[in-house]
Amino acid sequence: MLFKETGNVARVRQNAIPRYTERMSIIQIDQLAKSYRVYQKKEGLREALRGLWHREYKEVDAVKQISLRVEPGEFVAFLGPNGAGKTTTLKLLSGVIYPTSGTATVMGYVPWERSLDYRRRFALVMGQKNQLWWDLPAQESFRLHQQIYKIEASEFQKTLDELTSLLTVRELLGRPVRELSLGERMKMELIAALLHRPEVLFLDEPTIGLDVIAQHNIQQFLKFYQAERGITILLTSHYMKDIAALCQRVVVIAQGQIQYDGSLSGIVDSFSGDKIITLQLAVGQTDAGLERFGQLEKVAMPRVSFRCPRNEVSKSLAEILSNYQIDDIAVEDPPLEETIAKLFTHVSGDNVDSNAASDSVASKP
Amino acid sequence: MSDSRSQNLLDGFKTRWMILRIALSERLAYRGDFVLGTLMRFLPIITQIFLWWAIFQSINPEDPNAGRLSGYSFQDMVAYYLLTMVGRAFSSMPGLSSSIATKIRDGEIKKFLVQPVDLITFLFWSRVAHKIAYYTISTLPFALVFFLCRSYFTLGWPDPWTMAAFVASLFLSFALGFYLEACIGLVGFWMLEVSSLLFVYMLFQFFLSGHMFPLDILPEPFLSIVSFLPIKYLAYFPAAVFLGKVQGTQLAMDMGMLLAWTIFFFVMSQVIYRRGLKHYSGYGG
Repeated sequence: MLFKETGNVARVRQNAIPRYTERMSIIQIDQLAKSYRVYQKKEGLREALRGLWHREYKEVDAVKQISLRVEPGEFVAFLGPNGAGKTTTLKLLSGVIYPTSGTATVMGYVPWERSLDYRRRFALVMGQKNQLWWDLPAQESFRLHQQIYKIEASEFQKTLDELTSLLTVRELLGRPVRELSLGERMKMELIAALLHRPEVLFLDEPTIGLDVIAQHNIQQFLKFYQAERGITILLTSHYMKDIAALCQRVVVIAQGQIQYDGSLSGIVDSFSGDKIITLQLAVGQTDAGLERFGQLEKVAMPRVSFRCPRNEVSKSLAEILSNYQIDDIAVEDPPLEETIAKLFTHVSGDNVDSNAASDSVASKP
Repeated sequence: MSDSRSQNLLDGFKTRWMILRIALSERLAYRGDFVLGTLMRFLPIITQIFLWWAIFQSINPEDPNAGRLSGYSFQDMVAYYLLTMVGRAFSSMPGLSSSIATKIRDGEIKKFLVQPVDLITFLFWSRVAHKIAYYTISTLPFALVFFLCRSYFTLGWPDPWTMAAFVASLFLSFALGFYLEACIGLVGFWMLEVSSLLFVYMLFQFFLSGHMFPLDILPEPFLSIVSFLPIKYLAYFPAAVFLGKVQGTQLAMDMGMLLAWTIFFFVMSQVIYRRGLKHYSGYGG
């Protein structure tokens, strides 16, 4: 036990081949798939007793044949309903689990080989998991990180100063973690993850459960830090605000497959064929007859909103302007949340129950 | 190469030192509960002494002090019991197995796959810290109890060699106890709950480690069976060494066996951990 860990380092360094060159993508995922065997539990005592001797297992495909390239310095969001395979993908890239098939490299390392060199160059932050010592001040956990990541004392102090002032938690360093608020704790988690200056950062729901202000603080920090350091970040989140604020690129995963890869605004273009037209009618006007232009969304006189197919917007507007007295007009995209919700239901409607993986399945060992 | 190797060696030691220091300060965060818990452990001594007194009284109602049980007088029995307390202070690992199983179930184990630190190394040095904290609190009460009970040690202090063997057996019993219970905890990769397994183990340990009674009062064939089991090294063996019951070749052989069992369970813990990780990954993670 005594020197196993250090022995590995020596071995890895010895045959360290520069596997990752600048011409390669920093994250390369090819045909990556992960399926779990889950115990099929049936209802009732009789079935439970039967299960003691004879267990039926079912294969659940959490991730099916994902291929993806991420370039250095990108800030990519994984978007998808619960159980879509986002977290599983992050776990695969962190080397926590082995894939069923396919390949992936991060900075040239195969994640699930879990080489110590790789571990010193990336970080994983899970919003629902605590990595710090609960009963000790965060400062103590940071010192342990300094040691296990082999960070030089001067560099450690510099990074710590910088991170604590950016996140304004300097005066909280000496307080036991259990006494911190959720938002403060998340900030400490981020510091712990960034102390060794990882080149790749995986964030799984970093703002889950936080209030709006704390969410905003974390977003601002991540945005600034990513821009300044040029590190590569993969993030999963359910908060559209996180994603809108941070990521230039969005990868929509549902049913274990990539459904969309592109900019956030592109989602609306490709998945929503409608625009929302809002009219402010002049005094004395009624909304009679407006429904022929599209489905009415909201009527609060003198304001009327309706949904209009994108390709008919100009035609409808021309007709409306010539027939009604209008004080104001606004033409907008439907809310992003709505488009995405539609996209998810559309995707999962294809084959609802045959292979539906779920987070609860995926997170049980 | 040798330079970087000694650097790695040094880093390894520094990491272990840091784990130890932090685990120690964590222990001290709960000092009130900790001190009380430590001192409470001395209570059973009194009941145990009364129990043996009652037993010897039934053997020889006229003069319990003159009674003999498989060669043990009442004084010997109390001396033996006090010494197993010392042995168990090293070899018992309260909460180790269940904490490993909990780490697996809650996914906290991921931390040890993502960060460059090994789970078993980490647990080992945290446990060393726990023990150091425990000894710091319990040395004085231990000394007091031994002082009060000094008349029971009819043979006096053992010779330096025996003393050295006794100390060595204590340290090895710590390592053996650690890796043995680590193995049980790591079974959590396959069974979500290890408490029933742990219960069975504790039951065996309670009777067969020598914690309840000296193992050499057992009749054959139980004596032979028990002397081949590793758990006798957790309580019976250190006490027997101190009392001079194991000497010469027998002592050397037993020390060898203790070392062999420790290495065996160390290797087992590594193997189970590797396999467990494979399995864990297959079912989720």
